[in-house]
Amino acid sequence: MAANDGDVFAHEEKRNLELGGHVGFDSLPDQLVSKSVAQGFCFNILCVGETGIGKSTLMNTLFNTTFENEEASHYQTEVQLRPQTYDLQESNVNLKLTAVHTVGFGDQINKEQSYKPILEYIDTQFERYLEEELKIKRSLFNCHDTRIHICLYFIAPTGHSLKSLDLVTMKKLDSKVNIIPVIAKADTVSKGELDKLKIKIMSELVSNGVQIYQFPTEDEAVAEINNSMNTHLPFAVVGSLEDVKVGNKMVKARLYPWGSVQVENENHCDFVKLREMLLRVNMEDLREQTHARHYELYRRCKLEEMGFKDTDPDSHSFSLQDTYEAKRKEFLVDLQHKEEEMRQMFVNKVKETEAELKEKEKELHERFEQLKRMHQDEKKNLEEKRRELEEEMNAFNRRKVAAETLMGQALQGCSQPFKKDKDKKNFFSLPSACSLTSGRNLN
Amino acid sequence: MTANSRYKSRAPRAEDGEEKDYVGFATLPNQVHRKSVKKGFDFTLMVAGESGLGKSTLVNSLFLTDLHKDRKLLNAEERISQTVEITKHTVDIEEKGVKLKLTIVDTPGFGDAVNNTECWRNVTDYIDQQFEHYFRDESGLNRKNIQDNRVHCCLYFIPPFGHGLRPVDIEFMKALQEKVNVVPLIAKADCLTPSEIKKLKERLREEIDKLGIKIYQFPDCDSDEDDEFKRQDKELKESSPFAVIGSNTVVEARGQRVRGRLYPWGIVEVENPSHCDFVKLRTMLIRTHMHDLKDITSDVHYENHRAQSIQTMTSKMNADKRVESPIPILPLSTPDVETEKLIKMKDDELRRMQQMLQKMQQQMHEQDL
Repeated sequence: MAANDGDVFAHEEKRNLELGGHVGFDSLPDQLVSKSVAQGFCFNILCVGETGIGKSTLMNTLFNTTFENEEASHYQTEVQLRPQTYDLQESNVNLKLTAVHTVGFGDQINKEQSYKPILEYIDTQFERYLEEELKIKRSLFNCHDTRIHICLYFIAPTGHSLKSLDLVTMKKLDSKVNIIPVIAKADTVSKGELDKLKIKIMSELVSNGVQIYQFPTEDEAVAEINNSMNTHLPFAVVGSLEDVKVGNKMVKARLYPWGSVQVENENHCDFVKLREMLLRVNMEDLREQTHARHYELYRRCKLEEMGFKDTDPDSHSFSLQDTYEAKRKEFLVDLQHKEEEMRQMFVNKVKETEAELKEKEKELHERFEQLKRMHQDEKKNLEEKRRELEEEMNAFNRRKVAAETLMGQALQGCSQPFKKDKDKKNFFSLPSACSLTSGRNLN
Repeated sequence: MTANSRYKSRAPRAEDGEEKDYVGFATLPNQVHRKSVKKGFDFTLMVAGESGLGKSTLVNSLFLTDLHKDRKLLNAEERISQTVEITKHTVDIEEKGVKLKLTIVDTPGFGDAVNNTECWRNVTDYIDQQFEHYFRDESGLNRKNIQDNRVHCCLYFIPPFGHGLRPVDIEFMKALQEKVNVVPLIAKADCLTPSEIKKLKERLREEIDKLGIKIYQFPDCDSDEDDEFKRQDKELKESSPFAVIGSNTVVEARGQRVRGRLYPWGIVEVENPSHCDFVKLRTMLIRTHMHDLKDITSDVHYENHRAQSIQTMTSKMNADKRVESPIPILPLSTPDVETEKLIKMKDDELRRMQQMLQKMQQQMHEQDL
């Protein structure tokens, strides 16, 4: 029965009904409004521009207050971002404003890496929100949303066009955040030059495919004003907190020897337009766009990276849980696999080492045998030589004894001459015998 | 003799007694004036700084001409990896009979790329080249028509949008301080209120001192100059670096037609001393210190370059005996080579003397005969 009901609900056509009287749900928007007012709003602005171009002054002028800030030095080696959060209140509406300024942007000699810290900061804020979203126990309504809603890019009024650094940076940022380019210190550009400059900048942005924030034109209430504002981009702004007496009023202006530039005078600069657009008309739209477009894009890329898909090859829709389980199993299998591999490797290594050691042992044995044999051979040789030597010594001794006896006989019968000859012969034979032995010894 | 008498006749004959003591060389300045007018002057000015700071506009305002017609400006995309070029424009301008050959050296592309490492290399190479050229000309045999293309002054434009000197500014000025007179300027000064200008100038002066960058210093005036001049000089020194504004257009202000910029809130006059330091810059550059710039270029920077050049040449020669000196130079005081060279010279002299003696003897001999 339940299944049937579900089907019925899915296919039933929606009908428009007429109300008989006043029900009262037209107060829904009001309930929403009072709820959000009670909750408070938060808004995050990122100001990107060179050091000293007037970011802090413009913030001060926009919100009509003095945010604390110190002058940055030109000698930073890297671009850094400095976020500051303030709580503002205007007629029972609370606003938590976070202003992030770039420090050291455009000061380095080699600016190729300048855009990276900015990109990282924006991604970190998205990441933080994504983590909160993916938590099991989450409190999205409570958490402080730090995602950047709007990036004001300050262009230096050089009078010709964008700088190369501006172009490169804006191209990298346009898919991550809503960009509104503004021409800073616009009191240095005369009227005619300003028009030319605006046209040049917009044409360069368009020709390079940079998507800046377009004020929404679907809602009829604000379509007209937004449309006209879109043609005035980029806004040429002048910021000042000093009050100057003009006529008989005190207005915010910059006082020069040749005149005073009034910040809120539409003929002098586009500050009023910027304030209208940014704060009074489109703030909520900016927050929506950040959430619906930029954040979703980031989330999709991130999740795809992690391996999640909306549909699997069989085109069944996966639930997150199934995906998680599948991933987990995969991971465990992977782990086991790796363990096996490692064990296998270990065993192999052990075998190898054993084999090596065995071989070495054999070698050593062989050597030992060899040495032993050599040793024995040597010994034999030596023994032989010894014997020979002994024989010779014996032979020599015998002859010596014989010679002595002969000499003794010769001395007894010394008159007999042929005995001398015999002696002589014997004498001669002795040395010859000796030489023979010596000859043999030499051999 | 005739010259003296000519000038004597022009001498002031206030009293008869004085005429006897008057020699006449007091007219030397007039002679110098005449000769120099006939010869004409030349001046080479280099302008350096990022695109869009108003260099060309300022040059046009300074010399009241339009030097850069049909300039091609690059887009941001093209400038991402641009190299620094050196372009030269030469014009001949004349005022009251005095001719000036003005050369403006421009450095388009400086500081425009995303990676600006060593972007001043082309500039320093160019300056060195000009020195080399002059060096060779000066050491040549025929020195009648030496063209002086050395850069006499470099105007460096500092953007007013920051808080002081940026790393690229420091590196550039340091690389060039020994080669050319560097005059830093604050460009587009119409974006700063008077108090901001003062603060920025102090900041810049402090940083330049601290980092030891040698920019062009105005020479101290002698103590016997009149007070007006001294006051001007003091003012000049205190407003360095100059905050300038340039303009190509003439607007109507206070009933006059002046060069200026028209804003909805007022008119900036380029030549109004309370608006900017353009007048001071022009006075300094053209009316009073032009020759001093040239002198320092030739006495200090060029001599430094020449000395270094010769040293490297002799060290090369010492390393390799066969290399002959391409230019006539006196030997440097290096202990190994000095005595040798002296001996060689003395030998040559002796030989020449002997030859001469022989010739003379022969001549005498012939005459006797």
